[in-house]
Amino acid sequence: MPYLAKSPWVIHYDGSSCNGCDIEVLACLTPMYDVERFGIINTGNPKHADVFLVTGSVNEQNISVIKQIYDQMPRPKVVVAVGICAISGGVFKECYNIMGGVDTVIPVDVYVPGCAARPEAIIDGVVKGLAALEEKRKRLPEEIAAEKAAEREEKAAGAEALAEAAKEQAGGADGPATEVGAAADEDAEGSEKASAEPDARIEPDEGAEAEGKGGQNG
Amino acid sequence: MIKLDGFSLNIVAMAAYLVLAPFVGGLLAGLDRKISARMQGRVGPPVLQPFYDVLKLLEKEKVTVNDAQGFYTACCLIFMIVTGCLFFVGVSLLLVIFTLTVASLFLVVAAFSSNSPYAQVGAERELLQMMAYEPMVLIAAIGLYMVSGNSFNVGDIMGHGRVGIIYLPGIFLGFLFILTIKLRKSPFDLSTSHHAHQELVKGLTTELSGGTLAMLEIAHWYENVMLLGFVFLFFANGTVLWAAIGVAVCVVAYFVEVFIDNVNARMKWQFALNSSWIVALTFGVANMLVVYIADISNWMGGGY
Ligand code: SF4
Repeated sequence: MPYLAKSPWVIHYDGSSCNGCDIEVLACLTPMYDVERFGIINTGNPKHADVFLVTGSVNEQNISVIKQIYDQMPRPKVVVAVGICAISGGVFKECYNIMGGVDTVIPVDVYVPGCAARPEAIIDGVVKGLAALEEKRKRLPEEIAAEKAAEREEKAAGAEALAEAAKEQAGGADGPATEVGAAADEDAEGSEKASAEPDARIEPDEGAEAEGKGGQNG
Repeated sequence: MIKLDGFSLNIVAMAAYLVLAPFVGGLLAGLDRKISARMQGRVGPPVLQPFYDVLKLLEKEKVTVNDAQGFYTACCLIFMIVTGCLFFVGVSLLLVIFTLTVASLFLVVAAFSSNSPYAQVGAERELLQMMAYEPMVLIAAIGLYMVSGNSFNVGDIMGHGRVGIIYLPGIFLGFLFILTIKLRKSPFDLSTSHHAHQELVKGLTTELSGGTLAMLEIAHWYENVMLLGFVFLFFANGTVLWAAIGVAVCVVAYFVEVFIDNVNARMKWQFALNSSWIVALTFGVANMLVVYIADISNWMGGGY
């Protein structure tokens, strides 16, 4: 039985928002809107959360924070981008330190437009997110199984490589060993460059994006 | 209530606790949230919400910082169940208190094992809370021992003709005071809280997620029912009338705790420690002395 939809716990993170959207998110908790009716709780803890509400755009300094919160949430999880800033950067888009919307860092499931997004729209966005959450829940066992299989393969491959390296070293000559070392160094440099590049954005599924936005507007 | 002196009856009581306590505890938690919401002018979640929450937590991915944490939390749940079973089977109250402490300690160890600063501060505060409530719990046990013809056995206390509350009003009030700590209600929800956003993220439970958190939640349900059983003990004397009064008082006590939770802000740990020890010393010890002196004079005048 899917109980996930009956008790979605939310974590709210303020990127570089003007605080307008944050106040609207908090307004959802007030007696006026009372999201606890739907079992929604605002937890301050990513490890307890199912829904990640992000307000405001992503800047150079909070990329790692957003990624970390996202990674700490146990699956299944959905991300709801609240406000036009979180969708595309909004009025701050041209600022020198702004990366753009939340989807430049983590995959976003629901976009809630508005400046500021209205509490009704935010609640609606979370409820839309529940459908995505349910789908992800169904896929979760397969995902975990696939990951475990991949991990096992990697370990096996790693063990093989180690054994081979050991054999080569046992072979006596210094030549091949230094070569391996040099290659590893090169590799490390290469990957450093790749991660330092700021444009490591995860491209969102364009169709889904359009659909999400359209759904909210309509 | 019928006199619980037969062995089989005790087993029935224990089995009933084992099966029903999670449901009663969960329902109480649901009512708690509903009543809290109404007190705040909100509609509130469905009464069954705590069950939905726990079932949802079981659906989540298993993420733990280390393997030991799940084990410790499971131990906490098991010892909590054992505590309640011992209580309802009617053995010594002291044994019940000690197993309850062991259960709480496992939770503290689970939090410490994670190495997370939030969980660690939460665990430290939990230890302070235990220091705060433990004296009063022991005094309550001693008080019940004095009025029940010198026996710590829950069965004897229930079956004894004397009603605890008449002799132990001070100790009863003191016990209600520390019940606020045990139920994790404001102003004493220092180590962790059921409400969102506290200064320690979630304190003790910060690093627990998914199934582990669900286990802890169920442990709380078992614990709450056991604690209300303790409250009931002050009223039980083996007659139906007093049993009914006892159940009614349990309900009222729980409601009062919810009310206190809603009208108080969280206090510092110093206040929790000082106030509960002062209450234990004044209400608890004074009440004990009165009973003791009355007992001696009664005994000299011919006893009961
Ligand atoms: S969308 Fe508007 S209200 Fe919301 S954070 Fe951006 S500027 Fe502020």
